[in-house]
Amino acid sequence: MSEEQKGPLPVVKFLKIPSMGDPYLEGHRCGHCEAIYLGERRVCGKCGTRDEMKAFPLAKTGKLYSYSIVYRSFPGVETPYISAIVDLDGGGTVKGNLIDVDPDPAKVAFDMPVDVVFADALGRKDKEGNSYLSYFFRPQAA
Amino acid sequence: MSDVYILGIDMIRFGRFPDRDVADIAAESVLGALDDAGVNIHDIEAMWSGNLMQANAMVGQRVLQEIGQTGIPVVNCANACATGATAFRDAWMSVKAGVYDLVLAVGVEQMGRGLLGGGGGGGGIPKEGLLGSATMPAIFAEAGMEHTRKYGTTFEQFAKVSVKNHHHSTMNPKAMYQKETPLEEVMGAEMISYPNTKLMCSVNVDGSAAVVIASEKKARELGLGRAVKVRASVMTSDPFTARDLTMPDVNTCTRNAAAAAYKMAGCGPEDINLVELHDCFATAEILHYENLGLCKDGEAGRLIDTGETAHGGRVPVNMSGGLLSKGHPLGATGIANIYEVSTHLRGEAGKRQVEGARLGLTHVIGLGSACAIHILEKT
Repeated sequence: MSEEQKGPLPVVKFLKIPSMGDPYLEGHRCGHCEAIYLGERRVCGKCGTRDEMKAFPLAKTGKLYSYSIVYRSFPGVETPYISAIVDLDGGGTVKGNLIDVDPDPAKVAFDMPVDVVFADALGRKDKEGNSYLSYFFRPQAA
Repeated sequence: MSDVYILGIDMIRFGRFPDRDVADIAAESVLGALDDAGVNIHDIEAMWSGNLMQANAMVGQRVLQEIGQTGIPVVNCANACATGATAFRDAWMSVKAGVYDLVLAVGVEQMGRGLLGGGGGGGGIPKEGLLGSATMPAIFAEAGMEHTRKYGTTFEQFAKVSVKNHHHSTMNPKAMYQKETPLEEVMGAEMISYPNTKLMCSVNVDGSAAVVIASEKKARELGLGRAVKVRASVMTSDPFTARDLTMPDVNTCTRNAAAAAYKMAGCGPEDINLVELHDCFATAEILHYENLGLCKDGEAGRLIDTGETAHGGRVPVNMSGGLLSKGHPLGATGIANIYEVSTHLRGEAGKRQVEGARLGLTHVIGLGSACAIHILEKT
């Protein structure tokens, strides 16, 4: 074993960290009915077709579908923050934190365009001390 | 096929009973339901017990160990917040199928305090507050904000649901709280997950409710006087919809269940005199006005503004105080709401009585998701 520097782990399985190039979120699309899922699966939950799921990179842009501003969470979780549901351009719906926006309903607009950005998982580490790469939503520059 | 009747039903006053165990809490409502039906545990042919937090702990058998070990078949079931309704429905099915003539269903829960949901799991690091929030208040806030997105529903309109249900509970001696909460108090309470403040979240309480269900033959034999007819019993799960796996869709399974229930009962939403629906959060009640067909899509905000769902309104909703004020002992809720509607159909609801109630509807959603709807009729 060399002194190889280990990179961060993906926060969820559908976050892909290629050895070359930028991280991305991966969707799986049913070859029969085109339903889109996050993460690998064998059978389509919409039409029941088996073994026709095809992986594809999800868009790095999308629009805010719904949200909540969270003030009360579990111990150790910093609040307030915006829990956001984002419809990605080209399909797929993802939930995550909306960052760089004041946690104020007057500042959050439905359908606001957002970018999917990748950054360290707020310093959270697992029991082995591994770092994680997470995804966040950030408003697109006007 | 002949009809199935509720012959006896009871619930305990909801509260916090840290010194009691779950079987003891359940046994109290079971004895009440047996007395209400005028039967004995030895008359009961089978039992369904709904409980979530101790789903592996044989709660139904433990109840019989306290009040009568008659050796009957006992089924323990868990189905999130639809647990009690699942016990009721499966008991109903056994009678409808002609297997038994007299059965018992009980729902019970002993809850801790605090936030539900957000467990995450799946290894790695905690995801709460990193990938949004998986707490129940946040999930139902996001579902409510979807309604805001579509129809412009306001924080104030959501808050009015809580004002109404807390008002209703002042007339229900079995509710956890009997306290008016004016609009300013609801909107000014601690914000949990916008737009749900603390007073817009259901109350974690301990409680139980139980029911004796009879075949038509048995009901006639024992006396139909105060019996309540089960006109429809329907359950659905969440069908595939595009966002469901990311943002639980509590609407489609409710709409599907409502359509099937109205068809089974041979009536429409305009015939329903009162509704107990799953107001786990104030935002949820607004969604379900439309999901249950109490108004057209987009009119739920108007419905709460005009008081049509308040006591004395066109179709009173959650006269018990709902989960927001009566309390929400998860496994008991699905039978407790049947208790409330039955009490009105029997004309025994006291100050909160919905006058002339003939048909009532109960609705629960267990997130994940299970939806159950029952339509009940005065005999």
